Amino acid sequence: MSAERPGLRTSRPARYTLRFLALGYLAVLLLIPLGVILYRTFEPGIGEVWASITTPAAQSAFQLTLLAAAIAVVLNTIFGVLTALVLVRGRFPGRRFLDALVDLPFAVSPIVVGIALILVYGQTGWFGDALENAGIQIIFSWPGIVLATVFVSLPFVAREVAPVLREIGDDQEQAAATLGASRWQIFWRITMPAIRWGVAYGVVLTTARAIGEFGAVSVVSGHIQGETQTLTLLVEQRFQNFDLAGAYAASAVLAVIALVTLLAMTLLNPRKDET
Amino acid sequence: MSAPAATSGPTDPTVRPRRRAKRAPAVRRVSAVGPLSIGIVTLWLSIIVLLPLAAVVVKSLDGGLDQFWDAISNRQAVAALRFTLIVSLVVTLINAVAGVLIAWVLVRDQFPGKRFVNALIDLPFALPTIVAGITLLALYGKDSPVGIDVSFTQTAVALALLFVTLPFVVRSVQPVLIEVDKDMEEAAASLGASGPTIFRRIILPNLVPAILSGCGLAFARAVGEFGSIILISGNIPFDTQVTSVYVFKQIESDAPISAAAVSVVLLFISLVVLFLIRSLGRWGARHER
Repeated sequence: MSAERPGLRTSRPARYTLRFLALGYLAVLLLIPLGVILYRTFEPGIGEVWASITTPAAQSAFQLTLLAAAIAVVLNTIFGVLTALVLVRGRFPGRRFLDALVDLPFAVSPIVVGIALILVYGQTGWFGDALENAGIQIIFSWPGIVLATVFVSLPFVAREVAPVLREIGDDQEQAAATLGASRWQIFWRITMPAIRWGVAYGVVLTTARAIGEFGAVSVVSGHIQGETQTLTLLVEQRFQNFDLAGAYAASAVLAVIALVTLLAMTLLNPRKDET
Repeated sequence: MSAPAATSGPTDPTVRPRRRAKRAPAVRRVSAVGPLSIGIVTLWLSIIVLLPLAAVVVKSLDGGLDQFWDAISNRQAVAALRFTLIVSLVVTLINAVAGVLIAWVLVRDQFPGKRFVNALIDLPFALPTIVAGITLLALYGKDSPVGIDVSFTQTAVALALLFVTLPFVVRSVQPVLIEVDKDMEEAAASLGASGPTIFRRIILPNLVPAILSGCGLAFARAVGEFGSIILISGNIPFDTQVTSVYVFKQIESDAPISAAAVSVVLLFISLVVLFLIRSLGRWGARHER
């Protein structure tokens, strides 16, 4: 009913002014820069771009980025759903503390994440000696990059799933339990189908963040080309080496991934709210 | 469900209600999560999040409180922190205004391409920060096609932060604005209130909690931001150097205690902001009408 009411009526000039200001702000800040960089990228021709994103260094960076993102998505999806379940359905002391802990990666600077990992797993870190004796290298190697990626993308699935769980309530789960279903059965037959769009949305956000992470990864990577260089690090290195065309080309790959993410978010968002 | 009634039978009326009272909650309170799940989640969060952050705090105190204090009161560190806080605050204030304006236009205005614009808002979340920096440099750097070169200035840092923090206020205000009860606006209008008055007196008060929480998130993000700034700021000490880049340089020059100490300051700011946002959320939930 209230949706059909016009509410506050703005005069035509006022409406146009507001629209112009809002869209102008977005154009100057987002749209025009993006257009310029896409134009600059493809100015030298598509062949150049292709050559520059298929060099061995670029390919290995692409693979490492995908590997780190894949591991982060799998871990953060499994643990994220479990975390949401525990935080919403569980009643135990310390629940509020855990709840706050989940949000921390959103607020902590990526640089702090990087240095934190070095202090735990680096050569002089807490586990440095133990890891060296075991012959495992984490910092300046790919496991460190994976750990950093997992950290920064940790909250998304949990934070998308928790409100859905709260919304659907636990009546159906309780009914299934009285009928003798096990926890495992309840989860797969009742809970999971209800939260699946929330999970999907969380996975999209996790993927985007994991692929795009720069700061935390930059600190723990060691920047070894062909080994510990992710796509975002490749962009920075090429830019610093005045290889602008190369930096733009690698950026374009990341921008395309971002646009696909955006499309997935737009398609998933209404479905997510259906439940 | 009638099983307890059948077994106890009508002959013993004193037992029946008591038994039922005992049974009912036992059936209802089947928890979906067992102690094992709680244990796994606690362990996971402790290892991934808590342990590394604890290491930062411990390391920062490795050289005692004196060294901690020396590290954070270093002139360059103080200048960087000062600039970081000021620029984050300015960016947050701009976001408060621009965010409400954009949310308003997206909710109350109709124009072709609105869905596209709405999707565009999330772009800064999806675009890697390093790409955001390069993107801004392409238009506002030294090869600017429009002749505006702000690279290596404080304006550039503000611009980068405005880019990455854009979605926060918009996305927190938008749903509230959709839900706002328009009857009050109609009533105010029928009593002769002007548009700006209605917005200021009727609509804005409803939006304040959403604006504050969006601003909190934007501020926390701005204080810790690194990727979009590193290329565009030029990292000039006492000018465009922000705290996160200062910490990065400390790690590079092998000063872990100093890096950890300044990190603790950043961590403390994030915790305070997070705490304020959460209290605000709880307060809002309690006062929801």
